Amino acid sequence: MNRSELLIQSSKERILILDGAMGTMIQRYKLSEEDFRTEALKDHPKSLKGNNDLLSLSRPEIIKAIHAAYLDAGADIVETNTFSGTTIAQEDYGLAHLAYAINFESAKIAREVTDAYTEKNPAKPRFVAGAIGPTNRTASISPDVNDPGYRAITFDQLSEAYQEQVQGLLDGGADILLVETIFDTLNAKAALFAIQEVFEQRGIPLNPEEGGVPVMISGTITDASGRTLSGQTTEAFLISVSHVPLFSIGLNCALGAKELRPYLKVLSDNAPFLVSAYPNAGLPNEFGQYDQDADEMAGQIEDFLKEGFVNILGGCCGTTPEHIAAIAKAASKYRPRAVEFESIGDE
Amino acid sequence: MSKIQKHKTLKLSGLEPLVFTPEINFVNVGERTNVTGSKKFARLILNGQYDEALEVALDQVRGGAQVLDVCMDEGMLDGVAAMTKFLNLIASEPEISRIPIMIDSSRWEIILAGLKCVQGKGIVNSISLKNGEEEFIQQAKTIKKFGAAVVVMAFDEQGQADTYQRRVDICKRSYDILVQQVKFNPQDIIFDPNIFPVATGMDEHRKNALDFFHATQWIKQNLPGAKVSGGVSNVSFSFRGNDTVREAMHAAFLYHAIRYGMDMGIVNPSMLEVYDDIPKDLLQKVEDVFFDRHENATEELLEFAETVKKAGKKEVASEAWREEEVEKRIEHALVKGIIDYVIEDTEEARLKYQSPLKVIEGPLMDGMNVVGDLFGEGKMFLPQVVKSARVMKKSVAYLEPFMPKAGDLDYNEEQGSIKKILLATVKGDVHDIGKNIVGVVLACNSYQIIDLGVMVDAQTIINEAVKNKVDIIGLSGLITPSLDEMVYVASEMERQGLKIPLLIGGATTSRIHTAVKIDPAYSGTVIHVTDASKSVPIAGEAISEETREAYHYQIKETYRQLRVEHEAKQQVKQMVSYEEAKNNPVYIDWENYNPVKPKVLGLTELQELDLEVLRNYIDWTPFFSTWMLSGKYPKILDDPQIGTEARKLFDDANKMLDSVISEGWLQAKAVVGLFPVQRNADDVHVLDLEFKETDFSFHFLRQQGKKGKGVPNRSLVDYLHPHQTDYMGGFAVTAGWGIESKLEEYKKNHDDYHDIMLKALADRLAEAGAEYLHELVRKDLWGYAYSENLHNDELIKEAYQGIRPAPGYPACPEHSEKKTLFDLLQVEKLTGISLTDSFAMYPTSSVSGFYFAHPESKYFGLGKIGEDQVGDYAQRKGISQAQAERWLSPNLAYNPSLTVQEN
Repeated sequence: MNRSELLIQSSKERILILDGAMGTMIQRYKLSEEDFRTEALKDHPKSLKGNNDLLSLSRPEIIKAIHAAYLDAGADIVETNTFSGTTIAQEDYGLAHLAYAINFESAKIAREVTDAYTEKNPAKPRFVAGAIGPTNRTASISPDVNDPGYRAITFDQLSEAYQEQVQGLLDGGADILLVETIFDTLNAKAALFAIQEVFEQRGIPLNPEEGGVPVMISGTITDASGRTLSGQTTEAFLISVSHVPLFSIGLNCALGAKELRPYLKVLSDNAPFLVSAYPNAGLPNEFGQYDQDADEMAGQIEDFLKEGFVNILGGCCGTTPEHIAAIAKAASKYRPRAVEFESIGDE
Repeated sequence: MSKIQKHKTLKLSGLEPLVFTPEINFVNVGERTNVTGSKKFARLILNGQYDEALEVALDQVRGGAQVLDVCMDEGMLDGVAAMTKFLNLIASEPEISRIPIMIDSSRWEIILAGLKCVQGKGIVNSISLKNGEEEFIQQAKTIKKFGAAVVVMAFDEQGQADTYQRRVDICKRSYDILVQQVKFNPQDIIFDPNIFPVATGMDEHRKNALDFFHATQWIKQNLPGAKVSGGVSNVSFSFRGNDTVREAMHAAFLYHAIRYGMDMGIVNPSMLEVYDDIPKDLLQKVEDVFFDRHENATEELLEFAETVKKAGKKEVASEAWREEEVEKRIEHALVKGIIDYVIEDTEEARLKYQSPLKVIEGPLMDGMNVVGDLFGEGKMFLPQVVKSARVMKKSVAYLEPFMPKAGDLDYNEEQGSIKKILLATVKGDVHDIGKNIVGVVLACNSYQIIDLGVMVDAQTIINEAVKNKVDIIGLSGLITPSLDEMVYVASEMERQGLKIPLLIGGATTSRIHTAVKIDPAYSGTVIHVTDASKSVPIAGEAISEETREAYHYQIKETYRQLRVEHEAKQQVKQMVSYEEAKNNPVYIDWENYNPVKPKVLGLTELQELDLEVLRNYIDWTPFFSTWMLSGKYPKILDDPQIGTEARKLFDDANKMLDSVISEGWLQAKAVVGLFPVQRNADDVHVLDLEFKETDFSFHFLRQQGKKGKGVPNRSLVDYLHPHQTDYMGGFAVTAGWGIESKLEEYKKNHDDYHDIMLKALADRLAEAGAEYLHELVRKDLWGYAYSENLHNDELIKEAYQGIRPAPGYPACPEHSEKKTLFDLLQVEKLTGISLTDSFAMYPTSSVSGFYFAHPESKYFGLGKIGEDQVGDYAQRKGISQAQAERWLSPNLAYNPSLTVQEN
């Protein structure tokens, strides 16, 4: 059984657990500017502190330790440390040229850790999802209120940057590609376009059922309006990205588990794919910190579980291995969402 | 357990979903945001009035449109830019972007541009097997990657499907390819099985509606998932002008089409009767036609339509019109453009009216007024109008010898109330097709035209205007330096105290240029005219005693407003400094690129280009736009509205082309030069064949608009190696030798139709020559793409490596570089093409340009540039800043300090 088949098989047996936040964990290490600099970047003119993706190159042991902590907590899938691993996001640090290396190395070290865990316990195979973030620019929103027709980034530029990221992730050994924290669907469509281009070049089937690399999609509902930042409702978002035979579609970030519930229901009712959710640890307090603890979050998530809304669960901002352990424990008591494809006559 | 109806319904999205559930029996596509379908929208887009254009979109949504069709296929428009801009603006209007977008274009690059702007799942309209399976598959695959649904036209290599069987066969073939080879979701396939007009009187059209119904039913039963769409208004095309009948036909057609399974369509809600409100007798006749129930169905509907429509004028078949009164005969000859009997009819009228002038003012003008009205209503097309004018001119020429002369008893100085219009192409410019068309159209509307021809200097224009007491002066020009000459003419008119209204027209002119540059120079009325058909009402308002004063103030105020807005925009426009622009060139990996040395360095002279060969290189689409028929060749030949006219024109053109070639009317000559060059910043020094410096240098300009990340500030020099010796080339080609004698002949016969036709063909041949030369250069003379093998349509799409930008065009808009090119290539000596003071080429049917070979070479528009670059450019060229500003005036991002015109 190859890794895609293994993943599909596992998803039928149980609710899969995704890891939690990378940033929250990195903060625990209290890193300084030097930690972010590789030998080659010793004299780099810009400050690099905060460029977490770079740690895969400069301090890979820290990233590996975080992956291991989540795997210990029960995660089936860990995300690569590549949320900002596009040339576009790295350009802010003057490091566009390192985008490929960041993705390659991040996927490689994540695979090293997960492979070790799989070997220890083959009954619970572990997987690496190559994280593809939204970049810090929007393809369908103008950053200039006085010029609504202006765009700071184009579809072609995004697609090009994403292609490079995807190449790096695949070469490094990612089992899954996860386009996440989508606040502008056009950015996500550019990422999906890039993925299709790369798959086509490499002769990888698009459908995971046919042995393709599974693609996961996760949107972000920004506030109580129930819409993405670019204005789409959850269902419109689902329709807009359904042209790719996705492994899963879901929601993450911005909201806590409780706030996410109504939108998750929309996906559960309509998506012809698996459904994922990895909410924040509640809503941030006035200092921007997340203080929902593991049990409280797991309690709210149990509500999705009872309804049978989800197939994949994890955590986003503010979540820790403790949160993931609590979520994994709750999830183990429930069956994954079952999808029956109703065959109605053609209308 | 979730029950999901996977792939069982068509689902679209804007900001909100649109799911084709069984409860929705018909989805209405808003059609007013389509430049080909809505004159108003086209005008707004062409004028850059995007805010108002958004209002049109909003009206559609509020009026109940569930999908918004956006089309920017218009000859004068940069379709890619317009599509991108409009869709980006829509994205910022949640009330509009709520619904899915239908990206409508016959041009693939516009479709792609549209797909890159919509976050929702829209529809591409359309693709087809027209150019074969390979292109079809490629386009479908790409559309699938963007996640859009697609409209597939029932069209294949043989043309549009026009029978039931052809519709079914093509749709089936398209469907199988899409579903089996491309793996397209069947629910995302929407067929447009061609709604054609019924009741045309032609037997082969009798089953048009029925075939559509049956094909629709067949598709829905046999191609699972596929949807059916169509443009409903086509069906009633024969009844244009009779809205009662049309509205009834639309409603009845829709009613039945939906019952046969049509899912969606383009319907103008304001042209739709409620099915049940259709009078029963009318409905009966309409349905008889749709279902071809009996032999006389069409006849009966036509008769019935006449009773509904009072003003209807029936066409008299065959030669029956010869039996009518002489006035009617003259009108008929004018409307139909029949020249055969015009002399005998004119003579009969002259005897009847006892005065040649009364014949002109009477039956001839009456007839031409009918033509003018029909043209204004869009019921006649330009080629027809030009033929009408030919009849008119021939008649007038016959009458001329009978006219009273000064000193005769019945001589009347006023010569009736005929208004006079002076037309001229300004000094330095030799292009006159557009001006001649305006002349013809105005002549059809009772104006006397005084045409001073081309290259007319300001003083001649003013002298002739005063001498002939003209009512309007119309200036025309095609090349950019003409814009300044027009400003000069206007300022001279002001200085010499004229008050005559001034019309401005021609390809490079624009409303905004007229408002900002010309209008302030002249206190009389100045009006920009977008095309020939607009010249009539404008001339009317500007001249008429009742309206001219109000019109004067109104237009002055409009232009003042435009100036204010323009000023405001200037400040908003984001620019970078020339230094910054130079630091952001096109990125080319020169480390890994070795310039290809041309096989043949130096000049290559081609004295006799074979026109028979060039003919195969003709791009016909611009030929049709010359005649104001917009649409892409060959699709235009089957256009339901203008197809017949286009076909006629195309046949005439080919007939003339046969004679041009077999009788040697025209000769084509060319010269090509390929040289080693050394780049120095934005300049290029030409080396001789020993690689030594020569006196020749080209000076290039660089974009200064603020670019997004990763987007370069382009300059043509970016395609040349920054340090090593590289190569570039140039060419000049003309197909205009010999044209004068033929044109003389046409002029004598007052035959504008053939005059314009020949000029348009010579232009096409010159362009074809440029295409041919470019291929020769790529494959042989330079030889960097010796293995290339492209069809003409691929050549037209520029699917090859390297470019041939022309001095004076967007990438290098400064015309005086043409002089350097001409000297370097010894163009005048070798081909006879000469340059005017304003760097226009004579003969006009000539093309020249540079060659760049690097695979990254792309065409682009320079856009606006700043004072820093203009200063630098002046220095590099060794000219004054004022001179540089004059030559670059359309590209200046600032208003240069006023200087005295050196004339």
